Amino acid sequence: MASIQDIQQDIIDEFDMFEEWMGKYEHIIDLGKSLPLIKEQFKTKDNLIKGCQSRVWLHAQQQDGTVLYTADSDAIMTKGIIALLVRTFSGQKAQDIVQADTEFINQIGLKEQLSPTRANGLVSMVKQMKLYALAFQSQN
Amino acid sequence: MLDIQHIRTQFPTLHQEVNGHPLVYLDNGATTHKPQVVIDAISHYYEKQNSNIHRGVHHLSQLATDAYEASRETIRQHLNAERSHEIIFTKGNTEAINLVANGFRSLLKEGDEVLVSAMEHHSNIVPWQMACESASATLKVIPMNEMGELEIDSYKSLLSDKTKVVAVNHISNALGTINPVKQMIQWAHEVGSAVLVDGAQAGPHCSIDVQDLNADFYCISGHKVYGPTGIGALYGKEEWLKKLPPYQGGGEMIATVSFKETTYADLPHKFEAGTPNIAGGIALKTAIDWLNALGLEKVVAYEKELVDYATQELSKIEGMRFIGQATEKAGVVSFLVGDIHPYDMGMILDKLGIAVRTGHHCAQPVMDQLCIPGTVRASFAVYNTKEEVNRLVEGVKKAKMMLS
Repeated sequence: MASIQDIQQDIIDEFDMFEEWMGKYEHIIDLGKSLPLIKEQFKTKDNLIKGCQSRVWLHAQQQDGTVLYTADSDAIMTKGIIALLVRTFSGQKAQDIVQADTEFINQIGLKEQLSPTRANGLVSMVKQMKLYALAFQSQN
Repeated sequence: MLDIQHIRTQFPTLHQEVNGHPLVYLDNGATTHKPQVVIDAISHYYEKQNSNIHRGVHHLSQLATDAYEASRETIRQHLNAERSHEIIFTKGNTEAINLVANGFRSLLKEGDEVLVSAMEHHSNIVPWQMACESASATLKVIPMNEMGELEIDSYKSLLSDKTKVVAVNHISNALGTINPVKQMIQWAHEVGSAVLVDGAQAGPHCSIDVQDLNADFYCISGHKVYGPTGIGALYGKEEWLKKLPPYQGGGEMIATVSFKETTYADLPHKFEAGTPNIAGGIALKTAIDWLNALGLEKVVAYEKELVDYATQELSKIEGMRFIGQATEKAGVVSFLVGDIHPYDMGMILDKLGIAVRTGHHCAQPVMDQLCIPGTVRASFAVYNTKEEVNRLVEGVKKAKMMLS
Protein backbone atom coordinates (compact mmCIF):
# COMPACT_ATOMS: atom_id res chain seq x y z
CA MET A 1 0.00 0.00 0.00
CA ALA A 2 1.40 3.36 -1.05
CA SER A 3 1.59 6.02 1.64
CA ILE A 4 -1.03 8.76 1.91
CA GLN A 5 1.55 11.26 0.72
CA ASP A 6 2.44 9.17 -2.33
CA ILE A 7 -1.19 8.75 -3.31
CA GLN A 8 -1.82 12.47 -2.91
CA GLN A 9 1.20 13.20 -5.10
CA ASP A 10 -0.16 10.79 -7.74
CA ILE A 11 -3.45 12.66 -7.70
CA ILE A 12 -1.69 16.01 -8.06
CA ASP A 13 0.28 14.67 -11.05
CA GLU A 14 -2.90 13.22 -12.55
CA PHE A 15 -4.66 16.59 -12.36
CA ASP A 16 -1.64 18.46 -13.70
CA MET A 17 -2.48 16.97 -17.09
CA PHE A 18 -5.50 19.25 -17.31
CA GLU A 19 -4.81 22.89 -17.94
CA GLU A 20 -8.40 24.09 -17.92
CA TRP A 21 -11.07 23.81 -15.28
CA MET A 22 -13.31 21.89 -17.67
CA GLY A 23 -10.86 19.00 -17.95
CA LYS A 24 -10.48 18.89 -14.18
CA TYR A 25 -14.21 18.99 -13.63
CA GLU A 26 -14.83 16.29 -16.22
CA HIS A 27 -12.23 14.12 -14.53
CA ILE A 28 -13.88 14.70 -11.15
CA ILE A 29 -17.26 13.83 -12.67
CA ASP A 30 -15.80 10.59 -14.11
CA LEU A 31 -14.30 9.73 -10.74
CA GLY A 32 -17.67 10.41 -9.15
CA LYS A 33 -19.36 8.04 -11.55
CA SER A 34 -16.79 5.29 -10.93
CA LEU A 35 -16.80 5.54 -7.12
CA PRO A 36 -17.55 2.04 -5.79
CA LEU A 37 -21.03 2.11 -4.42
CA ILE A 38 -21.55 2.13 -0.71
CA LYS A 39 -23.61 -0.84 0.44
CA GLU A 40 -27.27 0.15 0.76
CA GLN A 41 -27.27 -1.14 4.34
CA PHE A 42 -24.73 1.57 5.21
CA LYS A 43 -26.75 4.43 3.75
CA THR A 44 -28.34 5.00 7.09
CA LYS A 45 -29.38 8.09 8.92
CA ASP A 46 -26.46 7.60 11.30
CA ASN A 47 -24.00 7.60 8.42
CA LEU A 48 -25.52 10.67 6.79
CA ILE A 49 -23.57 13.91 6.86
CA LYS A 50 -25.96 16.68 6.09
CA GLY A 51 -24.77 19.54 3.96
CA CYS A 52 -27.02 22.38 2.97
CA GLN A 53 -26.50 21.64 -0.73
CA SER A 54 -25.69 17.96 -1.06
CA ARG A 55 -25.78 14.93 1.17
CA VAL A 56 -22.92 12.59 1.99
CA TRP A 57 -22.98 9.09 3.48
CA LEU A 58 -19.83 7.72 5.07
CA HIS A 59 -19.15 4.27 6.48
CA ALA A 60 -15.92 3.19 8.14
CA GLN A 61 -14.69 -0.17 9.40
CA GLN A 62 -11.42 -1.63 10.64
CA GLN A 63 -9.53 -4.37 8.86
CA ASP A 64 -6.10 -5.72 9.73
CA GLY A 65 -5.05 -2.55 11.49
CA THR A 66 -6.27 -0.28 8.74
CA VAL A 67 -9.44 1.73 8.18
CA LEU A 68 -11.67 1.02 5.19
CA TYR A 69 -14.03 3.74 4.03
CA THR A 70 -16.97 3.63 1.66
CA ALA A 71 -19.02 6.69 0.88
CA ASP A 72 -21.60 8.19 -1.42
CA SER A 73 -23.29 11.48 -2.26
CA ASP A 74 -26.34 12.56 -4.20
CA ALA A 75 -24.28 15.13 -6.14
CA ILE A 76 -21.76 13.83 -8.66
CA MET A 77 -19.15 16.56 -8.11
CA THR A 78 -19.22 15.87 -4.39
CA LYS A 79 -18.94 12.18 -5.18
CA GLY A 80 -15.84 12.84 -7.27
CA ILE A 81 -14.08 14.55 -4.39
CA ILE A 82 -15.20 11.71 -2.13
CA ALA A 83 -13.55 9.29 -4.55
CA LEU A 84 -10.27 11.17 -4.10
CA LEU A 85 -10.58 11.18 -0.32
CA VAL A 86 -11.46 7.49 -0.19
CA ARG A 87 -8.56 6.69 -2.52
CA THR A 88 -6.22 8.61 -0.22
CA PHE A 89 -7.38 7.36 3.16
CA SER A 90 -9.03 3.97 2.71
CA GLY A 91 -6.72 1.11 3.62
CA GLN A 92 -4.34 3.32 5.60
CA LYS A 93 -3.39 3.01 9.24
CA ALA A 94 -5.62 4.97 11.59
CA GLN A 95 -2.66 6.89 12.99
CA ASP A 96 -1.59 8.03 9.50
CA ILE A 97 -5.11 9.18 8.66
CA VAL A 98 -5.35 11.22 11.84
CA GLN A 99 -2.12 13.00 11.00
CA ALA A 100 -2.74 13.52 7.27
CA ASP A 101 -3.90 16.77 5.70
CA THR A 102 -6.04 17.45 2.65
CA GLU A 103 -3.83 20.13 1.16
CA PHE A 104 -3.75 18.17 -2.14
CA ILE A 105 -7.34 19.23 -2.87
CA ASN A 106 -6.14 22.83 -2.96
CA GLN A 107 -3.16 21.90 -5.10
CA ILE A 108 -5.30 20.29 -7.79
CA GLY A 109 -7.29 23.50 -8.09
CA LEU A 110 -10.47 22.32 -6.38
CA LYS A 111 -10.01 24.34 -3.23
CA GLU A 112 -13.54 25.71 -3.43
CA GLN A 113 -14.92 22.19 -3.08
CA LEU A 114 -13.64 22.04 0.48
CA SER A 115 -14.75 25.55 1.33
CA PRO A 116 -17.34 25.72 4.11
CA THR A 117 -19.43 28.13 2.05
CA ARG A 118 -20.15 25.38 -0.47
CA ALA A 119 -22.07 23.63 2.25
CA ASN A 120 -21.66 20.35 0.41
CA GLY A 121 -20.92 18.18 3.41
CA LEU A 122 -17.31 17.53 2.38
CA VAL A 123 -15.72 19.53 5.18
CA SER A 124 -17.75 17.57 7.70
CA MET A 125 -16.89 14.38 5.85
CA VAL A 126 -13.13 14.92 6.19
CA LYS A 127 -13.64 15.63 9.86
CA GLN A 128 -15.75 12.52 10.23
CA MET A 129 -13.16 10.34 8.44
CA LYS A 130 -10.56 11.52 10.93
CA LEU A 131 -12.86 11.03 13.89
CA TYR A 132 -13.42 7.39 12.87
CA ALA A 133 -9.65 6.93 12.54
CA LEU A 134 -9.12 8.53 15.93
CA ALA A 135 -11.76 6.30 17.52
CA PHE A 136 -10.23 3.14 16.01
CA GLN A 137 -6.76 4.28 17.05
CA SER A 138 -7.81 4.69 20.65
CA GLN A 139 -9.46 1.25 20.64
CA ASN A 140 -6.21 -0.42 19.66
CA MET B 1 -39.30 51.82 -22.25
CA LEU B 2 -36.60 51.22 -19.69
CA ASP B 3 -33.04 51.82 -20.83
CA ILE B 4 -31.53 48.68 -19.35
CA GLN B 5 -27.99 49.42 -20.48
CA HIS B 6 -28.17 52.77 -18.73
CA ILE B 7 -29.57 51.11 -15.62
CA ARG B 8 -26.68 48.62 -15.67
CA THR B 9 -24.11 51.41 -15.65
CA GLN B 10 -25.45 52.43 -12.24
CA PHE B 11 -24.48 49.09 -10.67
CA PRO B 12 -20.70 48.88 -10.06
CA THR B 13 -20.68 45.24 -8.91
CA LEU B 14 -22.21 44.02 -12.14
CA HIS B 15 -19.17 45.04 -14.12
CA GLN B 16 -16.66 42.37 -13.23
CA GLU B 17 -15.37 39.07 -14.48
CA VAL B 18 -15.95 35.84 -12.62
CA ASN B 19 -13.75 32.90 -13.57
CA GLY B 20 -12.78 34.69 -16.76
CA HIS B 21 -16.34 35.48 -17.86
CA PRO B 22 -18.40 38.64 -17.52
CA LEU B 23 -20.60 38.13 -14.46
CA VAL B 24 -24.20 37.07 -15.08
CA TYR B 25 -25.97 37.67 -11.80
CA LEU B 26 -29.21 35.73 -11.51
CA ASP B 27 -29.40 35.36 -7.75
CA ASN B 28 -31.50 38.42 -7.09
CA GLY B 29 -33.97 36.47 -4.99
CA ALA B 30 -31.16 36.13 -2.46
CA THR B 31 -30.08 39.74 -2.70
CA THR B 32 -29.99 42.44 -5.35
CA HIS B 33 -27.02 44.60 -6.23
CA LYS B 34 -27.02 48.24 -5.20
CA PRO B 35 -27.13 51.23 -7.52
CA GLN B 36 -24.43 53.86 -7.02
CA VAL B 37 -26.94 56.26 -5.43
CA VAL B 38 -27.57 53.78 -2.62
CA ILE B 39 -23.86 53.24 -2.04
CA ASP B 40 -23.42 57.01 -2.05
CA ALA B 41 -26.26 57.48 0.43
CA ILE B 42 -24.51 55.18 2.90
CA SER B 43 -21.21 57.08 2.50
CA HIS B 44 -23.01 60.41 2.69
CA TYR B 45 -24.49 59.54 6.06
CA TYR B 46 -21.12 58.58 7.53
CA GLU B 47 -19.32 61.50 5.90
CA LYS B 48 -21.82 64.27 6.58
CA GLN B 49 -24.56 63.26 9.01
CA ASN B 50 -23.18 60.63 11.37
CA SER B 51 -25.00 61.09 14.64
CA ASN B 52 -27.39 59.21 16.87
CA ILE B 53 -31.05 59.81 16.11
CA HIS B 54 -34.06 60.81 18.22
CA ARG B 55 -31.98 61.90 21.18
CA GLY B 56 -29.70 64.79 20.38
CA VAL B 57 -30.53 68.46 20.43
CA HIS B 58 -27.56 69.21 18.23
CA HIS B 59 -27.53 69.94 14.54
CA LEU B 60 -26.13 66.66 13.21
CA SER B 61 -28.50 64.58 15.28
CA GLN B 62 -31.36 66.57 13.82
CA LEU B 63 -30.08 66.02 10.27
CA ALA B 64 -29.75 62.28 10.80
CA THR B 65 -33.14 62.04 12.51
CA ASP B 66 -34.83 63.93 9.68
CA ALA B 67 -33.25 61.69 7.05
CA TYR B 68 -34.18 58.53 8.95
CA GLU B 69 -37.76 59.66 9.51
CA ALA B 70 -38.04 60.72 5.88
CA SER B 71 -37.27 57.11 5.00
CA ARG B 72 -40.09 55.90 7.25
CA GLU B 73 -42.42 58.23 5.40
CA THR B 74 -41.18 56.94 2.02
CA ILE B 75 -41.80 53.36 3.11
CA ARG B 76 -45.28 54.36 4.31
CA GLN B 77 -46.07 55.81 0.90
CA HIS B 78 -44.49 52.88 -0.91
CA LEU B 79 -46.69 50.41 0.98
CA ASN B 80 -49.61 52.84 1.08
CA ALA B 81 -49.93 52.53 4.84
CA GLU B 82 -52.27 54.96 6.52
CA ARG B 83 -49.90 56.24 9.23
CA SER B 84 -46.12 56.49 9.35
CA HIS B 85 -46.01 55.17 12.93
CA GLU B 86 -47.36 51.91 11.53
CA ILE B 87 -43.95 51.42 9.91
CA ILE B 88 -41.39 49.82 12.24
CA PHE B 89 -37.77 49.61 11.16
CA THR B 90 -36.23 46.18 11.65
CA LYS B 91 -32.95 44.63 10.65
CA GLY B 92 -34.75 42.73 7.92
CA ASN B 93 -37.74 40.68 6.90
CA THR B 94 -36.83 37.87 9.30
CA GLU B 95 -36.71 40.19 12.28
CA ALA B 96 -40.04 41.72 11.27
CA ILE B 97 -41.66 38.27 11.37
CA ASN B 98 -39.94 37.41 14.64
CA LEU B 99 -41.14 40.64 16.20
CA VAL B 100 -44.75 39.73 15.46
CA ALA B 101 -44.47 36.02 16.24
CA ASN B 102 -42.73 36.77 19.50
CA GLY B 103 -45.50 39.20 20.45
CA PHE B 104 -48.11 36.54 19.75
CA ARG B 105 -46.56 34.25 22.37
CA SER B 106 -48.50 36.19 24.97
CA LEU B 107 -51.66 36.54 22.85
CA LEU B 108 -52.01 32.89 21.83
CA LYS B 109 -53.40 30.31 24.22
CA GLU B 110 -53.78 26.56 24.28
CA GLY B 111 -56.05 25.32 21.51
CA ASP B 112 -55.44 28.34 19.27
CA GLU B 113 -54.20 27.70 15.77
CA VAL B 114 -51.65 29.40 13.54
CA LEU B 115 -51.73 28.67 9.80
CA VAL B 116 -48.63 28.85 7.63
CA SER B 117 -48.44 27.76 4.02
CA ALA B 118 -46.53 24.79 2.63
CA MET B 119 -44.37 27.11 0.54
CA GLU B 120 -43.04 29.35 3.30
CA HIS B 121 -39.42 30.33 3.74
CA HIS B 122 -38.02 28.95 7.00
CA SER B 123 -38.20 32.48 8.39
CA ASN B 124 -42.00 32.36 8.21
CA ILE B 125 -42.19 28.86 9.71
CA VAL B 126 -39.74 28.65 12.58
CA PRO B 127 -40.79 31.83 14.48
CA TRP B 128 -44.38 30.52 14.45
CA GLN B 129 -43.30 27.07 15.57
CA MET B 130 -41.53 28.75 18.48
CA ALA B 131 -44.56 30.90 19.30
CA CYS B 132 -46.90 27.90 19.15
CA GLU B 133 -44.62 25.83 21.32
CA SER B 134 -44.40 28.58 23.88
CA ALA B 135 -48.18 29.13 23.99
CA SER B 136 -49.20 25.45 23.53
CA ALA B 137 -50.96 26.50 20.33
CA THR B 138 -51.10 24.40 17.17
CA LEU B 139 -49.34 25.10 13.88
CA LYS B 140 -51.28 23.98 10.81
CA VAL B 141 -50.14 23.94 7.20
CA ILE B 142 -52.04 25.23 4.16
CA PRO B 143 -51.22 22.62 1.50
CA MET B 144 -50.01 23.34 -2.03
CA ASN B 145 -50.52 21.40 -5.25
CA GLU B 146 -47.93 19.99 -7.65
CA MET B 147 -47.95 23.20 -9.68
CA GLY B 148 -46.82 25.12 -6.63
CA GLU B 149 -50.12 26.85 -5.92
CA LEU B 150 -51.84 26.95 -2.56
CA GLU B 151 -54.91 24.75 -2.27
CA ILE B 152 -57.40 27.46 -1.56
CA ASP B 153 -60.30 25.12 -0.71
CA SER B 154 -58.18 23.42 1.93
CA TYR B 155 -57.21 26.83 3.27
CA LYS B 156 -60.86 27.76 3.66
CA SER B 157 -61.62 24.57 5.51
CA LEU B 158 -58.64 25.06 7.84
CA LEU B 159 -59.95 28.46 8.92
CA SER B 160 -62.05 28.42 12.06
CA ASP B 161 -62.66 30.45 15.18
CA LYS B 162 -59.54 28.74 16.57
CA THR B 163 -57.40 30.43 13.90
CA LYS B 164 -55.59 33.38 15.42
CA VAL B 165 -52.87 34.06 12.84
CA VAL B 166 -52.36 33.24 9.17
CA ALA B 167 -48.75 33.74 8.00
CA VAL B 168 -48.21 33.51 4.28
CA ASN B 169 -45.80 34.87 1.70
CA HIS B 170 -46.95 37.22 -1.03
CA ILE B 171 -44.51 35.69 -3.54
CA SER B 172 -42.74 32.38 -2.91
CA ASN B 173 -38.95 32.63 -2.97
CA ALA B 174 -38.44 29.05 -4.12
CA LEU B 175 -41.17 28.87 -6.76
CA GLY B 176 -42.10 32.43 -7.68
CA THR B 177 -45.81 31.78 -7.04
CA ILE B 178 -47.86 34.92 -6.39
CA ASN B 179 -50.35 33.99 -3.71
CA PRO B 180 -53.89 35.43 -3.65
CA VAL B 181 -53.23 37.17 -0.37
CA LYS B 182 -56.04 39.73 -0.65
CA GLN B 183 -58.64 36.98 -0.85
CA MET B 184 -56.87 34.96 1.83
CA ILE B 185 -56.87 37.96 4.17
CA GLN B 186 -60.57 38.54 3.65
CA TRP B 187 -61.44 34.97 4.56
CA ALA B 188 -59.13 35.02 7.57
CA HIS B 189 -60.77 38.19 8.83
CA GLU B 190 -64.16 36.53 8.58
CA VAL B 191 -63.09 34.12 11.34
CA GLY B 192 -61.37 36.90 13.30
CA SER B 193 -57.79 35.90 12.51
CA ALA B 194 -54.89 38.29 11.97
CA VAL B 195 -52.80 37.89 8.82
CA LEU B 196 -49.08 38.45 8.40
CA VAL B 197 -47.80 38.70 4.84
CA ASP B 198 -44.12 37.97 4.20
CA GLY B 199 -43.33 40.41 1.40
CA ALA B 200 -39.59 39.71 1.07
CA GLN B 201 -39.91 38.65 -2.57
CA ALA B 202 -42.85 40.90 -3.40
CA GLY B 203 -40.96 44.10 -2.58
CA PRO B 204 -39.02 44.24 -5.86
CA HIS B 205 -41.58 42.50 -8.07
CA CYS B 206 -44.99 44.06 -7.46
CA SER B 207 -46.67 47.15 -6.11
CA ILE B 208 -47.86 46.72 -2.56
CA ASP B 209 -50.90 48.38 -1.04
CA VAL B 210 -51.39 47.23 2.53
CA GLN B 211 -54.72 49.06 2.86
CA ASP B 212 -56.12 47.48 -0.28
CA LEU B 213 -54.88 44.06 0.87
CA ASN B 214 -56.19 44.87 4.36
CA ALA B 215 -53.12 43.08 5.77
CA ASP B 216 -52.62 43.23 9.52
CA PHE B 217 -48.85 42.86 9.16
CA TYR B 218 -46.66 43.14 6.09
CA CYS B 219 -42.89 42.55 6.16
CA ILE B 220 -40.30 43.78 3.70
CA SER B 221 -36.57 43.42 3.31
CA GLY B 222 -34.28 46.28 2.25
CA HIS B 223 -31.55 44.34 0.48
CA LYS B 224 -33.94 42.62 -1.88
CA VAL B 225 -35.16 45.98 -3.23
CA TYR B 226 -31.73 47.39 -4.17
CA GLY B 227 -31.18 48.68 -0.63
CA PRO B 228 -28.59 47.77 2.01
CA THR B 229 -28.50 44.59 4.08
CA GLY B 230 -29.40 44.81 7.76
CA ILE B 231 -32.48 46.93 7.24
CA GLY B 232 -36.11 46.06 6.65
CA ALA B 233 -39.51 47.12 7.81
CA LEU B 234 -42.64 45.83 9.42
CA TYR B 235 -45.98 47.38 8.61
CA GLY B 236 -48.54 46.72 11.30
CA LYS B 237 -52.03 48.10 11.75
CA GLU B 238 -52.01 50.55 14.63
CA GLU B 239 -54.53 48.53 16.64
CA TRP B 240 -52.35 45.41 16.37
CA LEU B 241 -49.09 47.19 17.13
CA LYS B 242 -50.71 48.62 20.25
CA LYS B 243 -51.87 45.18 21.28
CA LEU B 244 -48.49 43.47 20.81
CA PRO B 245 -46.00 43.66 23.69
CA PRO B 246 -42.56 45.18 22.96
CA TYR B 247 -40.04 42.88 21.27
CA GLN B 248 -36.82 44.09 22.85
CA GLY B 249 -36.14 46.34 25.82
CA GLY B 250 -33.64 49.15 25.89
CA GLY B 251 -33.18 52.78 25.04
CA GLU B 252 -35.48 54.53 22.60
CA MET B 253 -38.45 52.22 23.30
CA ILE B 254 -39.31 53.71 26.70
CA ALA B 255 -41.31 56.68 27.93
CA THR B 256 -40.15 56.57 31.56
CA VAL B 257 -37.92 54.15 33.43
CA SER B 258 -37.60 53.58 37.15
CA PHE B 259 -36.66 50.44 39.03
CA LYS B 260 -40.27 50.11 40.04
CA GLU B 261 -41.89 50.52 36.68
CA THR B 262 -41.17 51.30 33.06
CA THR B 263 -43.66 52.72 30.62
CA TYR B 264 -43.18 52.19 26.95
CA ALA B 265 -42.81 54.74 24.21
CA ASP B 266 -45.52 55.33 21.65
CA LEU B 267 -45.45 53.77 18.20
CA PRO B 268 -43.23 53.27 16.32
CA HIS B 269 -40.49 53.64 18.97
CA LYS B 270 -42.01 50.99 21.23
CA PHE B 271 -40.56 48.40 18.83
CA GLU B 272 -37.28 50.13 18.04
CA ALA B 273 -35.02 49.55 21.04
CA GLY B 274 -31.43 50.65 20.74
CA THR B 275 -29.54 52.55 18.07
CA PRO B 276 -30.79 51.30 14.73
CA ASN B 277 -29.02 50.81 11.40
CA ILE B 278 -29.28 54.52 10.63
CA ALA B 279 -27.25 54.49 7.43
CA GLY B 280 -29.23 51.51 6.20
CA GLY B 281 -32.54 53.16 7.01
CA ILE B 282 -31.59 56.33 5.17
CA ALA B 283 -30.21 54.46 2.16
CA LEU B 284 -33.35 52.32 1.97
CA LYS B 285 -35.27 55.49 1.11
CA THR B 286 -32.79 56.15 -1.68
CA ALA B 287 -33.31 52.62 -3.00
CA ILE B 288 -37.10 52.88 -2.95
CA ASP B 289 -37.01 56.32 -4.58
CA TRP B 290 -34.65 54.95 -7.23
CA LEU B 291 -36.98 52.05 -8.00
CA ASN B 292 -40.06 54.25 -8.10
CA ALA B 293 -38.31 56.76 -10.37
CA LEU B 294 -37.85 53.95 -12.91
CA GLY B 295 -41.55 53.22 -12.60
CA LEU B 296 -42.49 50.06 -10.75
CA GLU B 297 -45.05 49.09 -13.40
CA LYS B 298 -42.41 49.19 -16.11
CA VAL B 299 -40.01 47.21 -13.94
CA VAL B 300 -42.61 44.55 -13.23
CA ALA B 301 -43.51 44.27 -16.92
CA TYR B 302 -39.86 44.01 -17.95
CA GLU B 303 -39.10 41.35 -15.34
CA LYS B 304 -42.09 39.34 -16.54
CA GLU B 305 -40.68 39.53 -20.03
CA LEU B 306 -37.37 38.14 -18.75
CA VAL B 307 -39.05 35.34 -16.80
CA ASP B 308 -41.20 34.41 -19.81
CA TYR B 309 -38.20 34.50 -22.14
CA ALA B 310 -36.08 32.39 -19.78
CA THR B 311 -38.91 29.88 -19.39
CA GLN B 312 -39.38 29.68 -23.15
CA GLU B 313 -35.67 29.23 -23.93
CA LEU B 314 -34.93 26.83 -21.08
CA SER B 315 -37.92 24.69 -22.03
CA LYS B 316 -36.14 23.84 -25.31
CA ILE B 317 -33.54 21.88 -23.34
CA GLU B 318 -34.35 18.18 -23.22
CA GLY B 319 -35.12 16.94 -19.74
CA MET B 320 -35.99 20.44 -18.45
CA ARG B 321 -38.41 20.35 -15.52
CA PHE B 322 -39.78 23.57 -14.11
CA ILE B 323 -40.43 23.48 -10.39
CA GLY B 324 -43.34 25.78 -9.65
CA GLN B 325 -45.63 26.36 -12.58
CA ALA B 326 -48.24 28.54 -10.98
CA THR B 327 -50.38 30.64 -13.29
CA GLU B 328 -49.39 33.74 -11.35
CA LYS B 329 -45.61 33.93 -11.02
CA ALA B 330 -42.95 36.58 -10.59
CA GLY B 331 -39.22 36.98 -10.54
CA VAL B 332 -38.12 33.36 -10.42
CA VAL B 333 -37.49 30.39 -12.69
CA SER B 334 -36.77 27.29 -10.62
CA PHE B 335 -35.77 24.15 -12.49
CA LEU B 336 -34.07 20.77 -12.68
CA VAL B 337 -32.59 19.04 -15.73
CA GLY B 338 -33.00 15.27 -15.94
CA ASP B 339 -31.55 13.73 -12.82
CA ILE B 340 -28.72 16.25 -12.54
CA HIS B 341 -28.23 17.39 -8.96
CA PRO B 342 -28.75 21.16 -8.58
CA TYR B 343 -25.44 21.46 -6.75
CA ASP B 344 -23.53 20.03 -9.73
CA MET B 345 -25.35 22.36 -12.11
CA GLY B 346 -24.60 25.36 -9.89
CA MET B 347 -20.90 24.48 -9.67
CA ILE B 348 -20.48 24.43 -13.42
CA LEU B 349 -22.58 27.56 -13.99
CA ASP B 350 -20.35 29.33 -11.47
CA LYS B 351 -17.28 28.35 -13.50
CA LEU B 352 -18.98 30.02 -16.46
CA GLY B 353 -19.50 33.21 -14.48
CA ILE B 354 -23.21 32.63 -13.94
CA ALA B 355 -24.52 33.14 -10.41
CA VAL B 356 -27.66 31.19 -9.57
CA ARG B 357 -28.93 29.78 -6.33
CA THR B 358 -29.00 26.03 -5.85
CA GLY B 359 -30.46 23.94 -3.07
CA HIS B 360 -33.63 24.13 -1.04
CA HIS B 361 -33.75 27.96 -0.87
CA CYS B 362 -34.55 27.79 2.85
CA ALA B 363 -37.85 26.15 1.97
CA GLN B 364 -37.12 22.51 2.82
CA PRO B 365 -40.78 21.52 3.19
CA VAL B 366 -41.37 22.51 -0.45
CA MET B 367 -38.56 20.22 -1.61
CA ASP B 368 -39.73 17.39 0.64
CA GLN B 369 -43.24 17.57 -0.76
CA LEU B 370 -41.98 17.50 -4.35
CA CYS B 371 -39.42 14.76 -3.45
CA ILE B 372 -36.49 16.68 -4.91
CA PRO B 373 -33.14 17.55 -3.32
CA GLY B 374 -33.52 21.19 -4.32
CA THR B 375 -33.65 23.24 -7.49
CA VAL B 376 -31.55 25.54 -9.60
CA ARG B 377 -33.10 28.98 -9.28
CA ALA B 378 -32.55 31.88 -11.62
CA SER B 379 -34.07 35.02 -10.14
CA PHE B 380 -34.25 38.28 -11.99
CA ALA B 381 -33.83 41.99 -11.38
CA VAL B 382 -34.42 45.01 -13.56
CA TYR B 383 -30.76 45.10 -14.65
CA ASN B 384 -30.79 41.63 -16.19
CA THR B 385 -30.92 41.21 -19.95
CA LYS B 386 -32.05 38.69 -22.52
CA GLU B 387 -28.39 38.21 -23.45
CA GLU B 388 -27.81 37.07 -19.89
CA VAL B 389 -30.70 34.65 -20.21
CA ASN B 390 -28.99 33.31 -23.33
CA ARG B 391 -25.76 32.87 -21.36
CA LEU B 392 -27.73 30.94 -18.73
CA VAL B 393 -29.30 28.69 -21.36
CA GLU B 394 -25.90 28.01 -22.96
CA GLY B 395 -24.44 27.36 -19.50
CA VAL B 396 -27.18 24.89 -18.62
CA LYS B 397 -26.60 23.08 -21.92
CA LYS B 398 -22.88 22.87 -21.28
CA ALA B 399 -23.41 21.65 -17.72
CA LYS B 400 -25.87 19.07 -18.98
CA MET B 401 -23.35 17.83 -21.52
CA MET B 402 -20.64 17.54 -18.87
CA LEU B 403 -22.84 15.91 -16.27
CA SER B 404 -24.83 13.45 -18.37
